[in-house]
Amino acid sequence: MNETIPLGREYMERYPEWREALPGNDLPWLAQRRADAFRRFAERGFPTRKVEAWKYTNLNPLTKKLFAPGAGLAATPGALPADALDEKSVHRLLFINGRAAPGLINGRAAPEATHALPDGVRLMPLSEALETVPDLLAPLLAADAEPEEAGLLEMNTALMTEGAVLLLEPGVRLEKPVHFFFLTTEDAGEAAMHLRNLLVAGKGSEATVFEHYLGTGQTGHWTNVVTEIVLADDAHLHHYKLQNESKAAYHIAATTAKIGERAVYDNFAMSLGATLARNDIQARLDGRGIDCRLNGLHLARGHQHMDTTTVLDHQKPECRSSETYKSVVDDRAETVFQGKVLVRPDSQKTSAHQLNRNLLLSDEASANAKPELRIYADDVQCSHGATISELDEQALFYFRSRGIAEDVARRLLTEAFLAEMVEEVKDPAVHAVLHQAMTDWLGQAWPKGGRP
Amino acid sequence: MATNTETAETIRSLTGEYKYGFVTDIAAEQAPRGLNEDIVRFISAKKSEPAWLLEWRLKAFRAWCAMEAEEPAWANLRYPAIDYQNAYYYSAPKSDADRPKSLDEIDPELLATYEKLGIPLREQEALAGIAVDAVFDSISVATTYKEKLAEVGVIFCPMSEAVTKHPELVRKYLGSVVPYSDNFFATLNSAVFSDGSFVYIPEGVRCPMELSTYFRINAAQTGQFERTLIVAEKGSYVSYLEGCTAPMRDENQLHAAVVELVAMDDAEIKYSTVQNWYPGDENGKGGIFNFVTKRGACRGRNSKISWTQVETGSAITWKYPSCILQGDNSVGEFYSVATTTNLQQADTGTKMIHIGKNTRSTIISKGISAGRSQGTYRGLVKVLGGAENARNYTQCDSLLLGDKCGAHTIPYIESRNRTARVEHEATTSKISEDQLFYCSQRGLSQEDAISLIVNGFCKEVFKELPMEFAVEATKLMNVTLEGAVG
Repeated sequence: MNETIPLGREYMERYPEWREALPGNDLPWLAQRRADAFRRFAERGFPTRKVEAWKYTNLNPLTKKLFAPGAGLAATPGALPADALDEKSVHRLLFINGRAAPGLINGRAAPEATHALPDGVRLMPLSEALETVPDLLAPLLAADAEPEEAGLLEMNTALMTEGAVLLLEPGVRLEKPVHFFFLTTEDAGEAAMHLRNLLVAGKGSEATVFEHYLGTGQTGHWTNVVTEIVLADDAHLHHYKLQNESKAAYHIAATTAKIGERAVYDNFAMSLGATLARNDIQARLDGRGIDCRLNGLHLARGHQHMDTTTVLDHQKPECRSSETYKSVVDDRAETVFQGKVLVRPDSQKTSAHQLNRNLLLSDEASANAKPELRIYADDVQCSHGATISELDEQALFYFRSRGIAEDVARRLLTEAFLAEMVEEVKDPAVHAVLHQAMTDWLGQAWPKGGRP
Repeated sequence: MATNTETAETIRSLTGEYKYGFVTDIAAEQAPRGLNEDIVRFISAKKSEPAWLLEWRLKAFRAWCAMEAEEPAWANLRYPAIDYQNAYYYSAPKSDADRPKSLDEIDPELLATYEKLGIPLREQEALAGIAVDAVFDSISVATTYKEKLAEVGVIFCPMSEAVTKHPELVRKYLGSVVPYSDNFFATLNSAVFSDGSFVYIPEGVRCPMELSTYFRINAAQTGQFERTLIVAEKGSYVSYLEGCTAPMRDENQLHAAVVELVAMDDAEIKYSTVQNWYPGDENGKGGIFNFVTKRGACRGRNSKISWTQVETGSAITWKYPSCILQGDNSVGEFYSVATTTNLQQADTGTKMIHIGKNTRSTIISKGISAGRSQGTYRGLVKVLGGAENARNYTQCDSLLLGDKCGAHTIPYIESRNRTARVEHEATTSKISEDQLFYCSQRGLSQEDAISLIVNGFCKEVFKELPMEFAVEATKLMNVTLEGAVG
């Protein structure tokens, strides 16, 4: 087995044609970055399991056929699926099948929605941002020339078509969460959606972002999303993500966050959908006194494969980081957690704690964990823990001895395992959506009750 | 393969003499530099090995040639590329004439270390490789030991002797745990292994004493490619000690040993290692490159294999003593202390493969990094689908002494069985100011305090060592870390 699978010939042949249709193609800096990224990706190809960061996740299905960029897909849904997110409680940016649905921002005409935003906040689709504020994007978008653990990031740079852009000027506080709503319908087919989000928070600004993927069809499309985050000093960003793509879809996501002094970055990702899902998070702690929390849940069943891979890079002293990732694995599903914590030389007084817990519900379920500590400074407090097991027999016995039916007990214990994390979500609107998603999942696992 | 034939040919044309096959030239004391099939044949001929073993070595050599591009690069180790063609693969034991004549000719620093470890003068001479009289105490001791072992039917002899005296046993088990094509270094070892220990414990025998390489005749010159095989039949027990606390000098920089353990039903093997090969000087010059493949197979029900290691030497340590828990209810244990100072690098850990039902494993790993060294724990716990009620507990702690060193923990945990319970925890920190303050408040010097705390940190592992070893290991830890903490 080789380390990479080369990019298919069709990609090479059709890229020039696709490139023409990409937004911002007339911007020289962007055209250059795209060309460089495509060249590098074409040279390297898709990583295989021989590449350490992809040890447990096989991208083969993505290389077997051509996923053409889904340009030109109809962006006209029927009714929006009912979900608990009241449009009045959020600033919403809606995308359907990878295209911005401008008429539907906040469910109203676009200008109205923008007016509702406080001063100093720019919220718009990437295509619009490249037209209206290209100079703001130039120093930020795909500006990291050669990322270390690139994965599919460069393919994304080469092909990115749309995404959400949120720019906060210094000191701005957004009260309502921003809802990046990526909806895929039956029309998505087997298209590829190379999405690129950009979140930039100026000094001392604060916002809550809810990145939401929902598949209403049964399509086997591929979402390849990259989210670039830059937090200036003292900024606070609460970043939530719900991945609930169609069960046949592929969801490959990479989030890179560059965090400044005393900033707070909080990431919570819940994965429910897709047949193959990968969530990469790289957080660079580039200032003193940063507080970074990464948390997440996998709820996997059927033949789903879910992978969360994080890199916490402590580059400066006196930062705190904590990570908790949990998986509940049913049927023949498989989950992966790889969490690297890097403490660079001189990053003294670092505190980094990590926990990964996996609950196996069925005989064929499996879980893999690879926590990793790389410590080059001595005055640190670092730890990690990982467990894989089924539900605790003693806890079950406790329930049974009090007359509670076994399936009820199992459901309650599983719920407790998950809810502990969901309850940490502060924003009530986002919490409601995540909680509902969890409850629905549990309801499907114990369809015949499991309710006290 | 093509490139290798080419390489071999180039070497042949350069050295000339090869062409005519020195295979027949049994009198040669040292094989020429380089590695090719002729060298493998030469080693085998030197040891008067049977044809099947030569065949096995050659198979391994050919596999190794095909692996050329597969020299492991994944470990967290940095070292200059090893030129395998620029090394000697066989040299007869040094004759007395070549050896140092007395302790006066030995590096005073080495002697100072012996002194600190409290090693008797006679033993110092032996360790430093000085030619000693035939009446050397331990040889007579060893003879007594051998007689005692023979009484109960335990076979304990050099591998080369076992090949001649017990070929059926060697043939049955050699390579059965670590196949000749297992990995780059094990394959190299299979092709050119020099010697090692062979231990066979018959059914139901509890080995009456701890077996130690120290008491094995000829042990001093096992060479750089050691091959050890221990077989414990049904219901037997053996405790085996390898190495010793005294620093060992060796002219060969590259070491690639293989150790295979086989435990049948209800058998138990306890394997303890103290590794203290020359680590190089404070600037990282010299030092042994130690690439070891150690693996135990718990073949039988209720069998148990326990690895205990204290790793303080070598410039490079690459070592993952593992357990394959095949038999139901079998138990695997790994206790390790790995200390690195100056510019040493260690990438060590274990693999626990749970196959049988109710298999249990425990991993306790303590890493201590000082100076500018890098220590890495790398481990795998794998629970296969059939391993009902398997249980693993892993604890890896790292202690950093100084801000120029690194400590890394990279566990891989894979579970395919719902009923299995796998737990891993790891911490990394330095000795806290509070601990030091507490000690100094009670009148301990900084140095004593650190030694006390470090030994406390390692205690869980040291208590697994046989008693004499444990005492020495504690002393060794103090000597190793002396001056490492400022």
